[in-house]
Amino acid sequence: MSASRLPYQSWRRLGANALPWLLPLLILGAWEYAARSGLLSTRVLPEPWAVVKAAWHLVQTGEMWANLKVSAGRAFAGLAIGGGLGLLLGLLTGLFVPAQVALDTTLQMLRNIPPLAMIPLVILWFGIDEGAKLFLVALGVFFPLYLNTFHGIRTVDRNLIEMARSYGLSGWRLYRDVILPGALPSILVGLRFSLGLMWVLLIVAETISSSSGIGYMTMNAREFLQTDVVLVGILLYALLGKIADVAAKGLERVCLRWHPSYQ
Amino acid sequence: MSAAVRTQLLRDSAPAGREQPVVGASVPTPDRNGLAVSIRGLEKHYGERQVLRGLSLDIARGSFVAIVGRSGCGKSTLLRIVAGLEQADGGRLEIGAASACPACEDRPEVRLMFQDARLLPWKSVIDNVRLGLPRSALPAARDALRDVGLEDREKDWPAALSGGQRQRVALARALVHRPQLLLLDEPLGALDALTRIEMHALIERLWREHGFTALLVTHDVQEAVALADRVVVIEEGAIGLDQALGLARPRARGSQEFAALENRVLTRVLQQHGVDPGAPATAAEQVDALRLEGVRWVI
Repeated sequence: MSASRLPYQSWRRLGANALPWLLPLLILGAWEYAARSGLLSTRVLPEPWAVVKAAWHLVQTGEMWANLKVSAGRAFAGLAIGGGLGLLLGLLTGLFVPAQVALDTTLQMLRNIPPLAMIPLVILWFGIDEGAKLFLVALGVFFPLYLNTFHGIRTVDRNLIEMARSYGLSGWRLYRDVILPGALPSILVGLRFSLGLMWVLLIVAETISSSSGIGYMTMNAREFLQTDVVLVGILLYALLGKIADVAAKGLERVCLRWHPSYQ
Repeated sequence: MSAAVRTQLLRDSAPAGREQPVVGASVPTPDRNGLAVSIRGLEKHYGERQVLRGLSLDIARGSFVAIVGRSGCGKSTLLRIVAGLEQADGGRLEIGAASACPACEDRPEVRLMFQDARLLPWKSVIDNVRLGLPRSALPAARDALRDVGLEDREKDWPAALSGGQRQRVALARALVHRPQLLLLDEPLGALDALTRIEMHALIERLWREHGFTALLVTHDVQEAVALADRVVVIEEGAIGLDQALGLARPRARGSQEFAALENRVLTRVLQQHGVDPGAPATAAEQVDALRLEGVRWVI
């Protein structure tokens, strides 16, 4: 009896694993069919196979790599500037009450301005070159990191700090051994929020105007009705976003391996 | 003092216990390195609320004193003042020979064990034990961990330990510093009954081996009677009862003397906020009638 049950169970497991992929595959099949039979105009959507071919072509000409490098460079430069500032100011306001009194209210007010609402001003200030893109990305990633760093430091267990002080920890050692590790889970949450916003802002910034990058590649392709290249661009953004998220998760797993939820 | 206690003291023939007005002296052993504590007229208030009202208490070197009282009686505040975590508003506190002031360089080695273990979750067990110490203290930290029976868990995260194990790590963390005065602020309050009894034995053994002075705050009368040389009941910020325990160690929880002492302390604690303050004797009789052997009292 068990012999007959075993294959059944493994079939079921296989089914459970395969089932979620059934719908995407069906959609892909239907899409390919509709495009080939002419139901779907290539101006609306190219056939999936054409997208693969366009991606391969872009890889071969080196365009993809060059544009990818530019876009990722912008994104991470913006993250470094905005996120770094957010982290720094969050540490400052979290650790020193005078800094909090002086800065926090202002920052909380500014936080309510959507970064994208700044686009007209940003164009006036920076024109349409690199500065504008970096500023937009930096502005967007600043607040999640600032808020979560501040919150993380403020919610470090007071009892742990009291204990550490009673064991003679103070100054830098208290920050290094107690306050920063205690705030780290919250800071990493802020980082993940920031990474999400980073790509959104980069896409918008690159779409407005640029002469390189994935946004440039897609906008250029739009001019020539190369919907397959546009789709490649969209997929690239998705891929970059996913990679950043996986990296952030990996960072959490390394930095928070002491945390019960990572054991 | 009850007759039972008096005879017990005589049988133990503790010399310091009989000569001094402070009856709670321990049986001295040769390697005692504990500190004496002298508290005179300690005052503390939080805003309007007076927590300690001129509390005076003398603790002999190397003795084990338990402080019992209801929630909010000021027992934890007293401990925190002795630990230097809070400042008294009045009175005098002397630990060892010198007057304890936070600015003093050669502060006596006083360590506090909290109700929660307060381990840093992002540091391994061994790193928690050697918190605030240089790298050279690693062997000492390992020794302390072996002392509490957790030498095989040194690389684990605190999250992987049980509540009792965490408290043992906290105990090891205090022991590394070779405390002369160990303050225990309801350290077993969150543990289950069996783990508590194990911890009682562990704390008693370490106290005997290391010879520190121990000051235990608890709301568990049985715990106090099981561990201490002397039980002090604090009522509304002052001492209500100062009861020496002449029980031999290790203590048999079921014994008649144990039960009688537990009863006496408990009656006093209950009496204070008792149902009928006019007739404390009645309350005592009621408790007596319960036959305290095996009954566990947690106030």
